Amino acid sequence: MAGTVGRSWTTRRDRKRRRLERLAPLVRGRTFAADDAVAVLEAAIEPGDRVVVEGDNQKQADFLTRALAQVDPARVCDVHLLCSVIARPEIVDLFERGIASKVDFSYAGPQALRLAQLVADRTVTIGAIHTYLELFARYFIDLVPDVALIAADAADADGNLYTGANTEETPTLVEATAFRDGLVIAQVNALADVLPRVDVPGSWVDLVVVGDRPYAIEPLFTRDPAQIDDVQVLMAMLAIRGVYEPHRVRRLNHGIGFDTAAIELLLPTYAASLGLRGEICTHWAVNPHPTLIPAIEDGWVETIHCFGGELGMEAYVAARPDVFATGADGSLRSNRAICQTAGLYATDLFIGSTLQLDRDANSSTATRGRIAGFGGAPNMGSDPHGRRHVTPTWWTGSLEDGIRRGRKLVVQLVETFRESGKPTFVERLDALDLARDANLAMPPVMIYGDDVTHVVTEEGVAYLDRAANVDERRAALAAIAGVTPVGMLRDPAETERLRRAGVVAFPEDLGVRRGDARRSLLAARTMKDLVTWSGGLYDPPARFRSW
Amino acid sequence: METLTYERSGGTPVARRAHVGVVASGDLELLLEPADTGLRVRVATTAGGYGETWRAVFDRFFAREPIAASIEINDFGATPAVVALRLEQALEAAR
Repeated sequence: MAGTVGRSWTTRRDRKRRRLERLAPLVRGRTFAADDAVAVLEAAIEPGDRVVVEGDNQKQADFLTRALAQVDPARVCDVHLLCSVIARPEIVDLFERGIASKVDFSYAGPQALRLAQLVADRTVTIGAIHTYLELFARYFIDLVPDVALIAADAADADGNLYTGANTEETPTLVEATAFRDGLVIAQVNALADVLPRVDVPGSWVDLVVVGDRPYAIEPLFTRDPAQIDDVQVLMAMLAIRGVYEPHRVRRLNHGIGFDTAAIELLLPTYAASLGLRGEICTHWAVNPHPTLIPAIEDGWVETIHCFGGELGMEAYVAARPDVFATGADGSLRSNRAICQTAGLYATDLFIGSTLQLDRDANSSTATRGRIAGFGGAPNMGSDPHGRRHVTPTWWTGSLEDGIRRGRKLVVQLVETFRESGKPTFVERLDALDLARDANLAMPPVMIYGDDVTHVVTEEGVAYLDRAANVDERRAALAAIAGVTPVGMLRDPAETERLRRAGVVAFPEDLGVRRGDARRSLLAARTMKDLVTWSGGLYDPPARFRSW
Repeated sequence: METLTYERSGGTPVARRAHVGVVASGDLELLLEPADTGLRVRVATTAGGYGETWRAVFDRFFAREPIAASIEINDFGATPAVVALRLEQALEAAR
């Protein structure tokens, strides 16, 4: 008992009160003027603070980030930045200006090159590169934010927030900060007397500012069907015939990309010809992909739960409330942390692409000189050992005798070579060199090979979960790796044996004629086709309109 | 622009000529014409330095489909997957 005598138990609360006192001259009610944003951040943030900046692969608190990049580094420095996705150049400016010196994040795709250079120069150090759920989890345990800079569609006078179709990370970041006496500062697009719905209660929000323009948002999940080629159609046919049909995959997540978009667009055509409507692809954890519109309209989809919104899909989603989770106001509800959890535990299959696979099917999107990271794929693309409910698809993954266990299907869908002429199948992942060069504690492997159950290429399907041992896994992978360095190792006799054993399937084994793989099989071949399928409800962003 | 050639002897003649593919980045245009005997492929490509990859793709494809024909390819950075698929489509049209 003696150790606690005289100790204050309210240091965080006291510190917050001092900050709010400093801020009082700049604030009216809960709001402050956009012109005062830099001064507010200088008064709100102390050196060494952990500051979470809302920014994922879609929605960005870009006004507050731009203001933060303008603070005086003599007053605000050594910030430990927390940010899901380092997408905006202003975030990298924080390191270059000496405002922030450490970062924990999940993905840095657009800024991967600059980040790698700043790490090499020792301008910034990386705590760790996380998966989304992992990073969110740490905000509640050992990376509790002192200040949160977040974005919402609208606020009322009491600080209640409306996040519209793009709720995404906002509730998670606010909860982690507000209940540990951190400071929550929200940029909003507008103030309103009455909100369409309340997504974040006002008592969790300290300050509100109307940004100089609406928050930045990226239509990341929009894939123009015109860019899908015949090879992607072939791979999609192989995935449907070789994985979705035999495993009756109903609950699933699709990664981002043209390969999975091709699968979505083959449901009303090719998959329908196989009699699979109602048998596959009924329950989704996925963003409102415009390329899902034909399958939805054709009656394939029962429910879709979303990580985030998608620009242009608002009216379509609002008109399909049986399919999409929508609020009382009619607009989409998306909560990234909840959807990531749903994708981890309640789907039976993840399918996605990657840049590199080694001969053990370890995958990585890292390339030398670019610190990219993960996002959510490793959460979807892993077998959750905490799962205990049985579905037929999950159960078929079981290989265990004695105590039976199910298994999530984790599928990598890749062309053997990328468009750059670089092989997808490699002897050694670039991630290993990157880890050494950037002084990372562990190599950034996207999906571990032992979680991968299937690999699909234009050459065929490798059923890695059916392989008897490591040698068979490697031989199965080599059999479908084309003329890559890994594929050149294939042994024709062993390949034939694995085909007979069902560990490898070529297109002819699955009844897929390569010559049938044509773009004309796609249910929509242009953006305009998607608009037509939606009955005019889908409103693509200008950059996707060619008419 | 780099030019590559590939030849094999023997093979089964195809019935008619075929033209597949398009002149577009990441794709190729392929013209296949019947020949009495032997296979001769001529590739004009915008992406230099991939001679071994082309050879490996042709070795595998024509081991499976031994044809006698003359093939002209104008390549604009097609991947091996696109090359194999266009060969397949041309062969289907030429049979």
